Amino acid sequence: MVERGRTLAMGQDEATGSRATVEAPFGHALAAVARARPNIVGLTADLGKYTDILPFRDAHPERFFNVGMAEQNLIAVAAGLARTGHVAFATTYGVFATRRAYDFIAIACAHSRLNVKIIAGLPGLTTGYGGTHQAIEDTGLMRLIPGLVVIDPCDATEIAQATAALAEYDGPAYMRLLRGNVPVVLDPQRYRFRIGVAAEIRDGSDVGIVSTGLMTERALDAAEILQRQGVGAGILHVSTLKPFDADAVAAFASRFELIVTAENHVVSGGLASLVAEALFERGIGRRLLRIGLPDRFIACGSVATLQDRHGLTATRVAEAIMAARAMEG
Amino acid sequence: MAVNNLPADHAPVSFLQDIALKLRRHMVAMARRQGAGYIAQGLGIADVLAALYFHELRYDPQDPGWAGRDRFVLSTGHYSIALWAALAEVGVIPLAELDSYGADDSRLDMSTLDTTPGVEMIGGSLGHGIGQAVGMALGLRLQGSAGRVFVELSDGEMQEGAVWEGAMAGAHFGLDTLVALIDCNGIQADGALVLDMEPVAAKWRAFGWETAEIDGNDMAQVVNALHGARSRSGRPKAIVLRTRPGKGIATLEARERAHFVRVDMAEWDDLARELEAAHG
Repeated sequence: MVERGRTLAMGQDEATGSRATVEAPFGHALAAVARARPNIVGLTADLGKYTDILPFRDAHPERFFNVGMAEQNLIAVAAGLARTGHVAFATTYGVFATRRAYDFIAIACAHSRLNVKIIAGLPGLTTGYGGTHQAIEDTGLMRLIPGLVVIDPCDATEIAQATAALAEYDGPAYMRLLRGNVPVVLDPQRYRFRIGVAAEIRDGSDVGIVSTGLMTERALDAAEILQRQGVGAGILHVSTLKPFDADAVAAFASRFELIVTAENHVVSGGLASLVAEALFERGIGRRLLRIGLPDRFIACGSVATLQDRHGLTATRVAEAIMAARAMEG
Repeated sequence: MAVNNLPADHAPVSFLQDIALKLRRHMVAMARRQGAGYIAQGLGIADVLAALYFHELRYDPQDPGWAGRDRFVLSTGHYSIALWAALAEVGVIPLAELDSYGADDSRLDMSTLDTTPGVEMIGGSLGHGIGQAVGMALGLRLQGSAGRVFVELSDGEMQEGAVWEGAMAGAHFGLDTLVALIDCNGIQADGALVLDMEPVAAKWRAFGWETAEIDGNDMAQVVNALHGARSRSGRPKAIVLRTRPGKGIATLEARERAHFVRVDMAEWDDLARELEAAHG
């Protein structure tokens, strides 16, 4: 009998493999960076526990505001705080930030270039709660807003570093959040996150993978599977989707016949579209395999089942790349 | 830094009435150059803006970004004609610049942009003011600033759900330096109010705001209500302003479709005369 998965709590741990994990890297990083920066404030809309901001609340209770289930007001209040010289980190789920508060992000934050940092939980397919909770189109929506920085970090190392970078950065931003016990994929001693800068994190000459968010972990694991089959995969990790490091992507892609994009998001509007735009604009024609979610709402279920079903696991990524290479002949 | 922040019993009501007349003259001149504008709303709110900028607000026209200032947030960005008149009369922007209202490349747009000095928030998308004002009041409180926050919003605007999200938060956080000025002029884009918003004052009281309801075109009542809103009671304040669109110009007051007023070029002289005559 096949073991069937079950839908679990709203937010599940991201850890799927054998990597070490860090608990609530965002909240701990924010609490730490706020010690030296008294103008940092934190807000949430009744999802403090589920967006890992409680370590900040516990360290700086006077600077924490829970506005209740009111996402438009969450962003508006954050904007008002920013207008009085604060750097406001506002957390909710990606679906609610983007679908319920789009006008407030566009006008109250981006148009006025205010220091509001939106931290968005449950990106893509990281919850089994179904279409109401899975932010499958959020980075596409956010990257269309003029002047908004959009980041999809891949692990605990990057979340901690990006949180510090956003506290420093003067302007509005949207960052996807991996919550709970988050795996460590990038070496904190060696990796240095910079807004707008892509990082080549694996050498390989047979296929080039451009990945973002948690799919970078899957791409690294898929590359090990491919290596055992004699295929060398290079990986360019692009955690900042806006501003997009198009030159680095173009330079990387020129070295391969087959380019693969891997994102925890629908395959239009986000990373895949950005890569296609960057290559076409520079006259670089390459075959593009887009790994990501289909153009439809995803069912409820266990995250493991759903990620496997929609091709987001390392095994499925490796299979898709081998199939694409076979088609190439 | 205070400009004219006198106690209510010393408020120079007739002086403020004269200021309001000057603001209305500016607005007529601005709309006349355009041939159209949101002048009805502007004329309706003129008395409140005169009382704010020449009596109640603590700010420095020479330094509109002074961190300790009181903020006036105009949530209805299309009332910009009134804000430009007030900012010019008080000296934040040059009076001569009013000529550029609505012209290409002007800083004085039909809807407010916060890149213009003295503007605290980009207007245009209704429902944004109250929440941002809550954030500003929270921010000033965190900084230990004495700065207060006044936010104008309108009766039609209250149809936006975000207004009530902000109203809940203002009361929850006990923001007694926050004052909502609710301009009830009875009109919106499609004509008379398309949803019944009454009882407005009772709604705000139920949301936890200390609420007064006054004739927003009666300067003595405006000054008294602003004075009453100075109390540090632990609760935010709301002043429901019953205003008349087109106030001061009988022809405009009588118009049924007043949201966006177009006037034939030949009629402007008559309107200007009506304004002077009404002031006696």
